[in-house]
Amino acid sequence: MEVHRHLDEELDELRDGVLRLGGEAEAALKKAMRALTERDSNAAREVLEHDDTIDELEVEIDRQCIDVFVLRQPAARDLRFVMSVAKMAPVLERIADHACNIARAVPELNNEPELKNHVRLHEMGVIASSMLAEALDAFTKNDAKAAREVIKRDAEINDLYNQIFHDLIEMMAKEPATATRDARLLFVAKHLERIGDYVTDICELTVYMAEAAVIKHKH
Amino acid sequence: MSTPGQIVAPKFEVARRPVLPPRETKISVADLNFFYGRSQALHNITLNIPEQMVMAFIGPSGCGKTTFLRTLNRMNDVIPGTRVQGRVMMDNQDIYAPGADVVELRRKVGMVFQKSNPFPKSIFDNVAYGLRINRLTSNKSELEDRVATALQDAALWSEVKDRLKSSALGLSGGQQQRLCIARALAIRPEVILMDEPASALDPIATSKIEELIFDLKKQYTIVIVTHNMQQAARVSDLTAFFLLGKLIEVNATEKMFTAPDEKLTEDYITGRFG
Repeated sequence: MEVHRHLDEELDELRDGVLRLGGEAEAALKKAMRALTERDSNAAREVLEHDDTIDELEVEIDRQCIDVFVLRQPAARDLRFVMSVAKMAPVLERIADHACNIARAVPELNNEPELKNHVRLHEMGVIASSMLAEALDAFTKNDAKAAREVIKRDAEINDLYNQIFHDLIEMMAKEPATATRDARLLFVAKHLERIGDYVTDICELTVYMAEAAVIKHKH
Repeated sequence: MSTPGQIVAPKFEVARRPVLPPRETKISVADLNFFYGRSQALHNITLNIPEQMVMAFIGPSGCGKTTFLRTLNRMNDVIPGTRVQGRVMMDNQDIYAPGADVVELRRKVGMVFQKSNPFPKSIFDNVAYGLRINRLTSNKSELEDRVATALQDAALWSEVKDRLKSSALGLSGGQQQRLCIARALAIRPEVILMDEPASALDPIATSKIEELIFDLKKQYTIVIVTHNMQQAARVSDLTAFFLLGKLIEVNATEKMFTAPDEKLTEDYITGRFG
């Protein structure tokens, strides 16, 4: 079964690629959030500078998926795995893009008066990055149950987003002078909320991979 | 687990394509056992083959898929020492019942083999052969019409219409195989059994046979044995997986190749068998 030993090696490479890309996206998110809370423009710049590496990783996974489709014609669980990886890679890359967008806001926010309590943005960032880590773990273990648990946590992010949205709107109304800063923070909250959605997408793909169940748009 | 013979709606919404349309059962096999002497080649096969669909049989060499195919028109009868138990019903008639008309059965159930086997005759005479020996036409003009129609249905007419009197042996491998299909179609069967019909053909000739199968299922019930799983995936509506003389799973082809119900099936189609 020489051919299938090669296939297994290629599938392992794809799995490693997703974990590498996912790890990079998670690191970018954490660093961007640290840059935001610590008002560290240098850290924010580093996030942006590293984004090309993440983009390259995505393109490489894309290429590997095409190779496996064309050369190995995978079926059943292999097909579902490669399909899921092919769809997951751009999602992870987009998570990193959102991390970059957060990082881009940092120098702008550093020119504004500091908001001591980042209206729970930090908490939102912690939940988003832990969801991402758990989603990648569920993917690695082919664990649909764990993936479904992560999906449930998206509600926490959405609730926080709604709360932050109202808090910031209220602050803008009270203190119009800081409206620019608050608007920027609102965008940061929106980026984190979108990251929660993307983590959900990753978990849905893990469920498909493990159980052949399509659960998107159903929760 | 899927029940053999049922057209199973996917357990999950694997794809957004519509579930297979309901069809009447053309062939119903129940508890079929088949023996070569004392060696049992098929074990309790129960399977329904719906009309106007393509069902593919897949499985490793020696799994019994060709033996099973040949039980469907009693082709195994010609092998000494073979024995059949169980029931094969076609249009609710038991084809193994005492007194069943085997000639009529084989007229209704045409067969195409792995290696094209044209007679050393002209193209016309090959297709006309079954019509003549069965006396299915009453005059020359009707015979010519039936031959032309069969060649058209086999997607060969445009390539041979100007050389019908030429030897069939001068055709390419792919053309010879389509000629054999035309020969089978000429006697207007209801079921066509195909035993690896494209395994000896190049990709272009294979593609023509596959397109032909796709067109023919509008009129015929087709059962195809293939070693080529991509081919099974491309041409069939339903796929049955055999292993060691047992039917392991029958399922909608799309389901079979994306999320089979049985682990043995999954191991086979992902190449991790054994």
